[in-house]
Amino acid sequence: MNEEFVFLLERLLPALNKGVIVSLQLIVPSAILGIFFGVVVGACRAFGGGFLGALANGYAALFRGTPLVIQLFILYFGLPNVGIYFQPYTAAVIGFTLCSAAYHSEYIRGGLLSIKRGQVLAAQALGFSTFTTLVWIIIPQAFRRALPGCGNEIVYLIKYSSLAYVITCFELTGQAKIVASETFRFSEVFMVVGVYYLFLVTVASYGLRRLEKRLEIPGFGH
Amino acid sequence: MANMNTKTPLMRVHGISKELGGREILRSVSLDLYEGEMKVLIGPSGGGKSTLLQCMNYLLVPDRGEIELEGRRVDPRKARELCEFRQHVGMIFQDFNLFDHLTATENVSIALRKVKGMSRAQAKARAKAELDRVGLADKGHLYPAELSGGQKQRVSIARALAMDPKVMLLDEPTSALDPELVSEVLTVIRGLAQNGMTMVMATHQMGFTRSLADEVLFMQEGRIIEQGSPKDLLAEGSGTRTLDFCSQILDVEGAGA
Repeated sequence: MNEEFVFLLERLLPALNKGVIVSLQLIVPSAILGIFFGVVVGACRAFGGGFLGALANGYAALFRGTPLVIQLFILYFGLPNVGIYFQPYTAAVIGFTLCSAAYHSEYIRGGLLSIKRGQVLAAQALGFSTFTTLVWIIIPQAFRRALPGCGNEIVYLIKYSSLAYVITCFELTGQAKIVASETFRFSEVFMVVGVYYLFLVTVASYGLRRLEKRLEIPGFGH
Repeated sequence: MANMNTKTPLMRVHGISKELGGREILRSVSLDLYEGEMKVLIGPSGGGKSTLLQCMNYLLVPDRGEIELEGRRVDPRKARELCEFRQHVGMIFQDFNLFDHLTATENVSIALRKVKGMSRAQAKARAKAELDRVGLADKGHLYPAELSGGQKQRVSIARALAMDPKVMLLDEPTSALDPELVSEVLTVIRGLAQNGMTMVMATHQMGFTRSLADEVLFMQEGRIIEQGSPKDLLAEGSGTRTLDFCSQILDVEGAGA
């Protein structure tokens, strides 16, 4: 019992705390960039005609249609073949951003398409340009409608950030794997890791619910 | 407002045609709108009233024909000219089209800020004044979902008026309202007419038309087939299509406005 405690406090937790910092450094920028690109891609998919729309649709189909692990492998191990080198951390953030933006774009597209055309006409009739209509009328509403879906995607992102270790970016899961294989205490280690992820997801869910509450508007979308 | 034909029209619609989905909705429609005038469009649904109004604001770009405002023609291919033009031509829709994510005050102030470039405080003050004018001074903080249909339509009128339009186009502004809410909206529109706002309104409110319209335009199959003062067109025994149509809708609805 005592020995277990020493292992937990002196070996496992310091390693996992180091890892969770890296995880957060992966998750936070990927989530923010992912939402941002997701809005751009979603807008292109909903309203962009011709080439732009086709490009955005193709991108979403590609990144939603292939496993994230494969995308990370290509970014980190494949691209050096054509002379593009990324640090593991950079490759992971790029991979997560591109993947989660593809999923966000789907929720955003749905949100955009749910806005009644009449409101667009009303904005135009007041002299709004297409761009100001998009920014001030459509996106604020579409974002509220897309928020539950996008929040779900962020929860996924927290968990799939664990894939970064396959391209040697040692975040939470990576650190755990090192400790586990050195000490052969697989079940203890991964149970504690599970608790870490559960904690991250709980905090994120709470924050997202707070955000939804703050953005709540009477009679809107419910 | 009797005879203004000596003046130049404020807005001139000349020979506009519009096809939608392979169907000819407007067939060479022309009209001259003089300052302070109120024209009423009447006619069966599908006759082209809505399309005409939307073309007059370039929400739909006509296939042929021209629209002039104060003698100036607009090039609909130039986005900036179009936005400028639309600021001068207010539009009221049948189903209000308020912005669902904004309060009544914000619905009115947003275009002032984002289109006219007013400061937040200026826009808010103006919005409050406009809401006051339509009798909603105490409802500014409410969202569209918290307003009745009549209140929503009055907010949408305030929103259009805040842009200081030269012309207002009203597309059946009371048709989506419960009967008991119609009069509060008509009262606001009557006030506008009495203050000399230039308007074109599609409506089936015959009592209102009789008392306020300077001219009635009867539209059918994309054409204006009769036009004249309500007194002439709606006189008993005048034998006009307008009278025929109006007596039909009165039969159905049971009463005038």
